[in-house]
Amino acid sequence: MDLLGRMTWGDLAVLESPVIMGAGVFMALVVVAVLGTITYMKKWPYLWHEWLTSVDHKKIGVMYIIVALIMLLRGFSDAILMRTQQVLAHDGHPGFLPPHHYDQIFTAHGTIMIFFMAMPFMIGLMNIAVPLQIGARDVAFPFLNSFSFWMTAAGAILVNISLVLGEFGQTGWLAYPPLSELKFSPGTGVDYYIWSLQLTGLGTLLTGVNFFVTIVKMRAPGMTWMRMPVFTWTILCTAILIMAAFPILTVTFGMLSLDRYLGMHWFTNDLGGNQMMYVNLIWAWGHPEVYILILPAFGVFSEVVPTFSGKRLFGYNAMVYATVCITFLSFIVWLHHFFTMGSSANVNAFFGITTMIISIPTGVKIFNWLFTMYRGRIQYTSMMLWTIGFMVTFVIGGMTGVMLALPGNDWVLHNSLFLIAHFHNVIIGGVFFGYMAGYTYWFPKATGFKLHDGWGKASFWFWLTGFYVAFMPLYALGFMGATRRMNHYDNPAWTPFFDIAAVGALLVLCGIACQVIGLIVSIRQRHENQDVTGDPWNGRTIEWSTSSPPPFYNFAVLPHVDALDAFNETKKRGHEARETPVYSDIHMPRNTPAGLFMAVAAGMLGFALIWHMWWLAVISLVAVPVIFIVRSCNDDIDYYVPAAEVARIEALHNARVAKLEPAHVA
Amino acid sequence: MMMQERPSPFGALRGGVAKCAAPATALGALLALGGCNYSILDPKGAIGVAEKSLILNSTYAMLVIVIPTILLTLFFAWRYRAGSGARYEPDWGHSVKIEIFCWGIPTLIIAFLGYLTWTSTHALDPYRPLESAKKPLVIDAVALDWKWLFIYPEQGIATINEVAFPTDTPIDFRITSDAVMNSFFIPQLGSQIYAMAGMRTQLHLIANEPGTYPGMSANYSGRGFSDMRFNARAETDAGFNDWVAKVRASSDKLEADNYSKVAAPEEKAPVQYFSAVEPNLFNEIIAKYLGKAESFRSGMKGE
Repeated sequence: MDLLGRMTWGDLAVLESPVIMGAGVFMALVVVAVLGTITYMKKWPYLWHEWLTSVDHKKIGVMYIIVALIMLLRGFSDAILMRTQQVLAHDGHPGFLPPHHYDQIFTAHGTIMIFFMAMPFMIGLMNIAVPLQIGARDVAFPFLNSFSFWMTAAGAILVNISLVLGEFGQTGWLAYPPLSELKFSPGTGVDYYIWSLQLTGLGTLLTGVNFFVTIVKMRAPGMTWMRMPVFTWTILCTAILIMAAFPILTVTFGMLSLDRYLGMHWFTNDLGGNQMMYVNLIWAWGHPEVYILILPAFGVFSEVVPTFSGKRLFGYNAMVYATVCITFLSFIVWLHHFFTMGSSANVNAFFGITTMIISIPTGVKIFNWLFTMYRGRIQYTSMMLWTIGFMVTFVIGGMTGVMLALPGNDWVLHNSLFLIAHFHNVIIGGVFFGYMAGYTYWFPKATGFKLHDGWGKASFWFWLTGFYVAFMPLYALGFMGATRRMNHYDNPAWTPFFDIAAVGALLVLCGIACQVIGLIVSIRQRHENQDVTGDPWNGRTIEWSTSSPPPFYNFAVLPHVDALDAFNETKKRGHEARETPVYSDIHMPRNTPAGLFMAVAAGMLGFALIWHMWWLAVISLVAVPVIFIVRSCNDDIDYYVPAAEVARIEALHNARVAKLEPAHVA
Repeated sequence: MMMQERPSPFGALRGGVAKCAAPATALGALLALGGCNYSILDPKGAIGVAEKSLILNSTYAMLVIVIPTILLTLFFAWRYRAGSGARYEPDWGHSVKIEIFCWGIPTLIIAFLGYLTWTSTHALDPYRPLESAKKPLVIDAVALDWKWLFIYPEQGIATINEVAFPTDTPIDFRITSDAVMNSFFIPQLGSQIYAMAGMRTQLHLIANEPGTYPGMSANYSGRGFSDMRFNARAETDAGFNDWVAKVRASSDKLEADNYSKVAAPEEKAPVQYFSAVEPNLFNEIIAKYLGKAESFRSGMKGE
């Protein structure tokens, strides 16, 4: 039996080119440096007990965001490589990336940015904020939450392994068959793609279930549906979308795997396979996925605008109804991703019109934020800049989206750089700006200190200008008939536009550098920027009523919610709520390494399947349920924090607040 | 086909189209930089002209709301900044009038665009034969790895990576693939449509001006994708006949026994002419996938 499956020395991709060699060596150095530092500082026990085995939603949220930021760097390096290639490769010059590498890079860029940057970022934000916003002590299934996170981490690690061992897919980020079938892609690339996404996809599905149950069942007393913060509403809708959409993704990749591993014919050219079915299925997941990403960003803006306008949200009810409308509509528009497939005019027109209808509730949301600013007192923090930058940019992205929703327009703009410009317009200008606002907004809640706002603002201006400089030329190139995914081209008129786009990418690079520097500066100045009160922004919702970072049990006494913007109401009434609280024992889950172990086994299963190491596949496939069963047999999974301990922790916090600023407490 | 019975396909869409619209659009300055390279905005056939007009009209309709929204955002952001002394109403959060406006205006614009979508999607349906006094020219296009095979069933000729047709004559492209999914696209003539193995898609186009227009695969299809390009030559009737004669003068023939060699994967494939072509080749390329499917479905008879 061949222990290494189909792996040979030739699969060491680092030997293929200096670019990959450099990336591989850099990655190895970073990993060695991080592991070395942890060992040197003897931090392994701390890391193990406080983080790796933690089931605390706040810590899991932080770990999700760390993964997202690391993968942002990886995905953005891919973007820089692509922009550089398109600056160099024209009029007969091949550039520096042959198709074999270039095709992997654009596939990895899309896959990483959606699945390993945006998704973990969003799930990180919801982990940090939602239980606090609804006054819960943790999520409904804390162990499951830990498992979900580690599944995403395992998927991210598989993607990065593909950089040095074997290859990544060369199929585009949705791996349309028959190109992704064994006949046309016999290597390990598509298998890396499938298994890394299967792992993270399963993690995401479980997160959806977890947060749906958490929001439905664990809201604080008095928090009726229409008293929920809008961010929680958007996460509820996102969780519903995840539960409905991600099983489609899992099944679709499962069918593709059956084709590739067992010689079946779901999507092959021959023997009754139907590639159109794959395209329909993948977009039946893919379009709701767009809203899975954007709804939480809308939620963040709905928190940021009222807070920094010092004013209640305009049209809360309309905002909720619009969110729910978008949730339902997002399932009946998927065909607009392939108007060029030859559907009948009635079908194309139907999906074109449903797509446009989504812009109505979306437009309502824009107007609601606009009229929240109206007669407010806007404080220009970086979060407010991200929001206003979003409102202007997203409106343009929405307009180009509706342009593409007309089949007659789409027939000439589909697959072009216009399309690329459109979705970066909404994903950078909508999703990413929103997540950056949310990251800055809840950063003090998660860590206990604020981010340096100057670096945040610098980052915003670079991102904003970088976005426009990078993507407006792509809109123009789309009108010139330039298609996506070109390795090289021979139209000299396009070159200046690609040059400008590359400058834009460099501006974005500066924006990312500002974020990294800002994070480092903020950590160094954490004592100066400390958030002692737990309410650094004069917030309106109850996550700001507890300390920053909150104690592991979140709330010493569960808050009673009797209004929308409950914490703001409490503050308005003065601090009558500050009568001496009566503490009682708090029921909490114990940490467990089971989720981590299961995900390690699942990651090994993916790796074994990619390389056809059947012995390892069998062992790890057995290991996952065995670990789960062992964990299920453990009855000691929870404990009570004694009321005296709660009182001690709360007294410490109150003493800190009182020492800092007596005026603030009164 | 019932589609042929509908009245004038493009009448509703014409009108209001400036001759050189590029500088007038929202992206004005940037677009102007590209001069006359905007192939989508410089169409050479009736379908492309109608699609350009649709792009512009839908954009104008949306700018009606997009521009005021952006301006209002910037204005409110400036007017209600902290310290401006503007009126401050922290508890105001609802107004029926404003909310009617918020839902109403987008609804009206989408109602208009929805109507435009319904009519234009039917009028420009790629499957809909064009109305013309002239008899359409049938051209079969086959996407291969990574080149285009064109078969002229009526002329009995075939080419690789070059296609020609007379101007003002409807062209009836019948499209399939003998490899992966591609998209057949000549930007200056209008719509694109996918090419998929075992299936026949259709695209009706027309060129109204002589010229050579770049054609391509618009859907990524693997390592040779970037060079999967061809020239589409719109000729006068006489020019087209000369071109056919030139192809017929080639010594190469495309027959059943050399088809697999011609269809083998190839990057940067040069233009090739075939003076004769196996009759029914196009249908056989489709049927070789379908046939197996049918035998599979009927209990794998004949396998």
